Amino acid sequence: MVDQAAQITQRVWSRYDRKEQLIRYTIYLVTLIAVVWAVSDIDIFWPWVWDAPNQIQNLGARMWPPEFSAWTAIVNAMLETVHIATLSTLLTIFVALPVSYIAAQNTTPNKFTLWLGRFILVSSRSVNTIIWALLFVAIFGPGVLAGILAVMFRSIGFIGKLMGEAIEEIDRRPVEAMEATGASKMKVVLYAIVPQVLPAFFAIVVLRWDINIRESTVLGLVGAGGIGVLLQGSIDMFAWQTVATILMAIIVLVIIGEAITSILRKKVI
Amino acid sequence: MSQLKADSAMTVGRMWKKPHFIANPWLRYGLIVVTLVYLYWAFSTLPFNWTRISEGLPRAARIFGGAFPPSFERGGLLWTGFKESFQIAFLATLLGVFLSVPIAVMAAKNVAPKPIYLLGRGIIIVSRSFHPVIVAILFVAAVGFGPLAGILTLTLYSIGFVAKLLAEEIEEIDWGQVEAMRSVGAGYLKMLVYGVFPQIMPRQIGLSMYQLDSNLRASAVVGIVGAGGIGGTLMNAFGRYDYDFAFAILLLIIGIILISEGVSGWVRKKIW
Repeated sequence: MVDQAAQITQRVWSRYDRKEQLIRYTIYLVTLIAVVWAVSDIDIFWPWVWDAPNQIQNLGARMWPPEFSAWTAIVNAMLETVHIATLSTLLTIFVALPVSYIAAQNTTPNKFTLWLGRFILVSSRSVNTIIWALLFVAIFGPGVLAGILAVMFRSIGFIGKLMGEAIEEIDRRPVEAMEATGASKMKVVLYAIVPQVLPAFFAIVVLRWDINIRESTVLGLVGAGGIGVLLQGSIDMFAWQTVATILMAIIVLVIIGEAITSILRKKVI
Repeated sequence: MSQLKADSAMTVGRMWKKPHFIANPWLRYGLIVVTLVYLYWAFSTLPFNWTRISEGLPRAARIFGGAFPPSFERGGLLWTGFKESFQIAFLATLLGVFLSVPIAVMAAKNVAPKPIYLLGRGIIIVSRSFHPVIVAILFVAAVGFGPLAGILTLTLYSIGFVAKLLAEEIEEIDWGQVEAMRSVGAGYLKMLVYGVFPQIMPRQIGLSMYQLDSNLRASAVVGIVGAGGIGGTLMNAFGRYDYDFAFAILLLIIGIILISEGVSGWVRKKIW
């Protein structure tokens, strides 16, 4: 009797059983080893690390106060950035919709087109906007066209994937009803599929437009137009106070973009 | 009788019309006009260099001609670049996730006082507004070229994303457990550690995995502005017209991203 009571008081409550604990410790150990390996192997000059807070503070001090004399150039570059984002989003629609149609399991004509569609979507999403921009600057030369194409090629994967998912979730019955009356393929798409995915379509496009504004701000760093050109120029000239103004302008633009997006979404959905 | 005939003829002759998506005709045509005006304005103000653009197609042919077949000859360079990218992404994720916990607590309305809440939200908004590449050039300017700038950049990038979602998660926790802790007289820190964190832990691990995946993508591009990793190698290959090597790098980037997407998706499915 006494023994049992002692056993019960000595028993320790634990949240995980032995096996779960073993798995946990293995994960901790692997993570620790990976950290040690990464820290010791990476090519970092450690004195710079300890000096980093000073350097960052120093840079911040050089940026203050922001300098507003170049504001007309900044506003124009901002407009260019917005134009790149908007035009590329509009153009993406024309490419992404057919691709999403063939990449959705229930509307694709055959297996080959299904995989073709998926391949286009994956390769579009895997390559970053900046890398697309690098490629298009090499082809078409520096300028807004390279920027528009870069943002467009990146957006195809995003819009196409989400639209494909929206198409896969539609109600089959209107489609069947249309087919039963002998409607043509075109009419089925127009009257049975489009009305069902239209709200999703607007939500996705508006969301992508918001993302594209952010993406467009960096295109200029590789010469593809927008505010990034001005930013890179100011950094090259060590005009840090102008850089601060440009950064503030970008924050304002992003916040305006988010506000417009949330208003539009409330209206549509 | 004739009246009835006329009626039925009218019904037959009437065409069904699809209702418009935007019912108000003024709004509908107004939007079309606004779009057209916008397009005209955008195209007339943007500086297109048409002569340079028209040279594009032969150039594209030359680039893609030079890119095939992709060359994996300089395997050593590829390996160091990708290894560095991975190390940057890994360390930045750990640091970022670690730092995002206090910032998420600051930015959660239900556990932080108002001024702290505003400060936390401010940090999140600023770190989310800038594309990682912009942050990367700033850090390169501050701490010099190399992986250090990359790690700092992606840490900030991770904070923006993880702290935002974590803060939302904290705001939605079951408040009963916190009240239970308070009723037994636990302090603020104990309330956080035992009342709040266990509730957000699974979510936190899922977010970390997602962030590792997205940091791996981003680490490929911060190198373009000199912040270490494979991006620098890619930029050099483009600059020296080594298109076959650049194409090999691109293919590897796509492959690795697909793998990491698969792995992080699998882990998140296991946890949730």
